Amino acid sequence: MKLRPDREWPGLIALAALYIFLALAAPRFFAADNLRDLALSNVSVLLVAMGMTLVIVVAEIDISVGSLFAVVSIVCGLAAKAGIPIVPLALLVIGAGAILGAINGGLVSYVKAPSIVATLATMVAWREALRWMTGGAWVEGLPGSFQWFGLGQLKGEIAIVGSALLLFAALWWASRNVAALRAVYATGSDSEAARLAGIAVTKVVFWVFVLTGALTGLAALLNAVRFSDVPANSGNNLELKAIAAVVVGGTPITGGRGSLPGTLIGVALLGSIGPALTFLGINPYWEKAIQGAIILATVLFDAISAHRIRALNTR
Amino acid sequence: MVKNAPALEAKGIEKSFGGVRALRGVSLELAAGEVHALVGENGAGKSTLIKIFTGAVTPDRGEIRLRGELLEHNSPAKARSLGFAAIYQQPALFPDLTVVENIALGKETGKLWSKVDWRARRAHASELLDRIGARVRPEALAGELSMPEQQLVEIAKALDTNASVLILDEPTASLGDRDTENLFRIILELRAKGVAIVYISHRFEELGRVADRVTVLRDGQSIETRAMAGTTKEDLIRLMVGRELETVFPPGENGFGDIALEVRGLKCRSLRVEDVTLTVRRGEIVGMAGLAGSGRTQFAEALFGLAQLDAGEVLVNGKAVEIRSAADAVRLGIAYVPEDRRRHGVILRMPVAANTTLASLGSISKGGFLQFAEEQKAAAGYILRLGVKTPSTDTLAGNLSGGNQQKVALARWLMTQPKILILDEPTQGIDVGAKMEIYRLIRQLAANGLAILMISSETEEILGMSDRVAVMAKGRIAGILDRANATPYDILELALGHQVAAQ
Repeated sequence: MKLRPDREWPGLIALAALYIFLALAAPRFFAADNLRDLALSNVSVLLVAMGMTLVIVVAEIDISVGSLFAVVSIVCGLAAKAGIPIVPLALLVIGAGAILGAINGGLVSYVKAPSIVATLATMVAWREALRWMTGGAWVEGLPGSFQWFGLGQLKGEIAIVGSALLLFAALWWASRNVAALRAVYATGSDSEAARLAGIAVTKVVFWVFVLTGALTGLAALLNAVRFSDVPANSGNNLELKAIAAVVVGGTPITGGRGSLPGTLIGVALLGSIGPALTFLGINPYWEKAIQGAIILATVLFDAISAHRIRALNTR
Repeated sequence: MVKNAPALEAKGIEKSFGGVRALRGVSLELAAGEVHALVGENGAGKSTLIKIFTGAVTPDRGEIRLRGELLEHNSPAKARSLGFAAIYQQPALFPDLTVVENIALGKETGKLWSKVDWRARRAHASELLDRIGARVRPEALAGELSMPEQQLVEIAKALDTNASVLILDEPTASLGDRDTENLFRIILELRAKGVAIVYISHRFEELGRVADRVTVLRDGQSIETRAMAGTTKEDLIRLMVGRELETVFPPGENGFGDIALEVRGLKCRSLRVEDVTLTVRRGEIVGMAGLAGSGRTQFAEALFGLAQLDAGEVLVNGKAVEIRSAADAVRLGIAYVPEDRRRHGVILRMPVAANTTLASLGSISKGGFLQFAEEQKAAAGYILRLGVKTPSTDTLAGNLSGGNQQKVALARWLMTQPKILILDEPTQGIDVGAKMEIYRLIRQLAANGLAILMISSETEEILGMSDRVAVMAKGRIAGILDRANATPYDILELALGHQVAAQ
């Protein structure tokens, strides 16, 4: 399918406007240090939002990713402290994410629970189970060999951002070139039509949740290596950040359409607001309000264009 | 108000949707106290015209006068306040509200916060239901009622509006004999009171009984208005079709090949398919007739692996096969072009090319990776072969006309290289010209050796296209007729057979 850039444009224009404004008003925003911090702190959101894009394209939602991230982060911290080498540890962590994602996927596609309810249940369940098991305690004192994958800070940072961007590029390419991912778009567009076209709709939905779980697992790993502790409340509000980025990136919440570049734009735009305020000397309490306004603007744009399309198609 | 003006007058109404001209000049005059029949084939523009009257659709050109006064900026609310009421083929009640609530809805008397007088409303609803002779419990939830019962509630609702213009769109489609009689009685009562009534139906014997005049629509134009008295069914068919029947349907073949598909005692409880046994030969078109709800679509879905079978055997080319999923069916060379193309036959928001290749993604990809050049080539090939009118392969399917969408749906399944093709209502809602093209294509495919099972609710289409006709009733094959001795009467008798026997 051809990329239809019209839906990504509002986000891209907003991002460009913000950066041009910053270049004039607060050029220090573009200092290497700040850009590096910006990239690092948004890697988790980007990875989760990549999965979320597909979840929303397939016309579902996953609000459990924050809790899932927390559980996997703790697993990751414990495994690191147990001295598991980095490669098996990565596989373990990503696998754990995939398994938790599979539980969501199973509930949605095979049990037929509405995804907002199913993932609300797992969201609460994982978060509370974690609180119960850890008693809110952090996993502290991660071994030095685990931090930055033992590569040192600079190489570690490059590895983190680089692997996230590589994965992003791969998924973007796949979303346009892999037959299985076209089935994702078809299912989200019209699941009954896709079913009648011989697409195994339930499997498609299931695997999208698994992929999201795995990406969330990876996000937890790339996040954990940056610190010496894993806080018990990690991943708080991650689901909201990811969903917001996807929506601002032009993916309609009703599914069937949407693109990964849009999501990258959404992550960059929403993630830049906080630092931008700091550099502009504005009270950072405005961050959430501005992010909210951006989401609202996206929704309005969507409603207006949907209205236009409906006017063309009604019979 | 202008004296002696017709109750409703439409002049030169035109309406296009995207590139499709649904109405291209319709004029209609409706007197108070007249029952005016509106007939035309599917896609002739009847529904669009009604939607314009009821304010759901705005015309591009033309004017509507209500009792002589120009009706402008119509909207559903305005139409209702001006005295338009409509009953559609499909009841549209709120399933989670009771009958009383459904009838009372929208009749709140302006006192937004005053207490609802439920006792009075219930009494009023009962009275309305009694008047039309409906045995429906006023406290029942609308969603729990049967189709005919829901339709009766719709009629009660329309009665309650004291409409001056009442539009009935195939109101008897889901009604039994007794309820139909009651409806006719009501219609004649309303006519006597001076209500102007538009009556749409495909049942000519009904028209003869209730209609004063009839207007024929064809291809979005009003062709002729005449008195119903002295008008025969043949006259109407001739006006509706606009050409002799034989020219619509291409001639059939005579020689058939081996049996391609054999179904023995197929049963699928979840879809209410009870017992289907039939065969289709290579090169043969077997038409599948039956009333709505007789289980034809359900049979096709069961055969296509979309539901679990409970009993029965399926043989493809003489070999017993097991079909557990649509993928199995496609592998065995079975293709299913589903009913209701506008909803599920093509994916409206996907381009023509992606729609064409959706059921055969494997054949245009290498190792799971799509080969766009091959996709474009394949899609372009089918566009040419089927004569799909589309600006490009990248046009969204939703922007094509109904007939062309159907061709894209057909292309999708032809691309799977099927041996057996199941078509479900292949010409539903498309215009006459496109229909003829589809018919020719189907004939051609059969001539090329495909075994074709064609489900259709249009008796004319069944008789014109089928080599044999299988009639379904209540999930079973009620009978199989040869082309030579199948008549509309036989088909209807078989389709009704089980119902008659059950009473």
